[in-house]
Amino acid sequence: MNTPSNAINSSSPGSRGTAPAVFSVARPFYWSVRRELWENRLVYLAPLAAAGIFLFGFVINMISLRYRMHGVWPVDAAPQRHGLNLPYELSAALIMGIALVVGIFYSLDALYGERRDRSILFWKSMPVSDRTTVLSKLAIPLVVIPVLSFAIAMVTQFIMLLLASTVLLGSGANIAALWTQQPFFRFSLDLFYHMLTVHGLWYAPLYGWLLLVSAAAPRAPFVWAALPPFVIWGVEKMAFNTTHFLSLLMVRLTGPSDPEMPRNADFMSTLIPHHFFDQPGLWAGLAVAAVFLVVAIRLRRYRGPI
Amino acid sequence: MACIEARGLRKSFGTTVALDGINLRVEDGRILGIIGPNGAGKTTALNAILGLTPYQGELRVLGRNPWTERDQLMRDVCFIADVAVLPRWIRVSQAIDYVAGVHPRFDRAKAEAFLARTTIRRDSKVKHLSKGMVAQLHLALVMAIDAKLLVLDEPTLGLDLLYRKQFYDSLLNDYFDRNRTIVVTTHQVEELQHVLTDLMFIDRGRIVLDCSMEEIEARYVELEVHPGQVAAARALKPLNERQVLGRSILLFDGVDRQQLATLGDVHTPSIADLFVAVVGNQATDAKGAAV
Repeated sequence: MNTPSNAINSSSPGSRGTAPAVFSVARPFYWSVRRELWENRLVYLAPLAAAGIFLFGFVINMISLRYRMHGVWPVDAAPQRHGLNLPYELSAALIMGIALVVGIFYSLDALYGERRDRSILFWKSMPVSDRTTVLSKLAIPLVVIPVLSFAIAMVTQFIMLLLASTVLLGSGANIAALWTQQPFFRFSLDLFYHMLTVHGLWYAPLYGWLLLVSAAAPRAPFVWAALPPFVIWGVEKMAFNTTHFLSLLMVRLTGPSDPEMPRNADFMSTLIPHHFFDQPGLWAGLAVAAVFLVVAIRLRRYRGPI
Repeated sequence: MACIEARGLRKSFGTTVALDGINLRVEDGRILGIIGPNGAGKTTALNAILGLTPYQGELRVLGRNPWTERDQLMRDVCFIADVAVLPRWIRVSQAIDYVAGVHPRFDRAKAEAFLARTTIRRDSKVKHLSKGMVAQLHLALVMAIDAKLLVLDEPTLGLDLLYRKQFYDSLLNDYFDRNRTIVVTTHQVEELQHVLTDLMFIDRGRIVLDCSMEEIEARYVELEVHPGQVAAARALKPLNERQVLGRSILLFDGVDRQQLATLGDVHTPSIADLFVAVVGNQATDAKGAAV
């Protein structure tokens, strides 16, 4: 090594014995997702906590209801059926809402935290590509959180039914009707559809943007995430006196125009919500999300600890 | 094919030149120490080798382009960066699981065996380990990987003497063999003296010394001059002169050892003294040139 290199050999990387040729691409991805769950336990603890608190409130409500009703349970009264469904929908809404908040904060920190605590140097010392890393971090808000929240919401509703039955047992109420009239199955399908489409696909550009900011921000990613939308809104308002961007943003945040299936839609149309996939906003959003992701992956390659 | 080959490797941050077109060639099975003052470009050079930063010029590590092929390269290259970079939230068992999961060349039994010799508990989180223990854990993970190149950037920074000694002992006894290459940067040069096979000094983005330890023994001589012989010794153009306890110590490059022995006691200089002589002279020259 005493002589400075005078020739760079043009040997191909494959000419020497490398690591076992077949080392599945899925394996680093799987372990990357697992490591995200180790680090971010809030991802499942927050919806679990929300479910627990909701169940607690539900039990108290049930007990007080029993005394108020003096054994006359409204299950038999048709007009009140909707009121009975309400807590079930509320529990799902609460859990999915928590999931959204957790997903947003997770995404903002995903590529920023590893730079702040310098652990990016450790992650980059492993044979895991930047693409695998960023995609595994995207999978958390896009797949893992919605699926976990869905499962938690389902279990919660099941427990609510069990609790309602237990509390009302011996009160003279028609418990069988509680189970048969409760649109448990239909509702879970609705929720599954909502989770898959709205949380998985509709919010993809939102999470893509947050990951991009998380990879780019020198500090305070929250500010960097919120600032550009404000600037665009302000400039548009000043220049053209229009608010197209703002309304676009609101549509994106509040969900697609008609996320709820009609209650009496037939089974197949619930499973295959064709008009959801007909919306150009969905596909435009996915395209934007893809661009954000490509930039985030590229940024992660250049980024070191801060 | 050499382990690392660079030609005209250049990197600048704005107007600051971190690497000023260096050429370097590290053969397989060497232990190279890169020594340089703060901001000399050591870490930049290592980052380029590890594919952490883009660069200009040609660079091949194990035959690959580190910038475009980092993830494949990392199957054969390990590195420990300047301070403990293990995530603070991770548990020891999780760290082992993770590396075992993503690294095709990781030998779990080896890592477990190394950890068994320490007091580190599997269920501890990294943030609850002492600095020395974190270094041990990182070393355990890295040594269990059957890599061809190990890059260490100030691996023992902030560790006490016992941990430092243990670190290099483990590295030499349990890890190093003639098939592996190790590149290490450090400021604690004394401990490396007997570990290295090659030595490189970097200053302000340039390589100012690059030779094997055998060559250093052959080329450089330190002379503790007998009083009265100082003028004669100075006439032989020493690189550097310093005073220790009232005696002059002169460092020579390429002057005959026998000839020097007549003027006083001769021995091989330590890396630290050599560094001060070579890099210190450069700094003086640069100042002189600037005036």
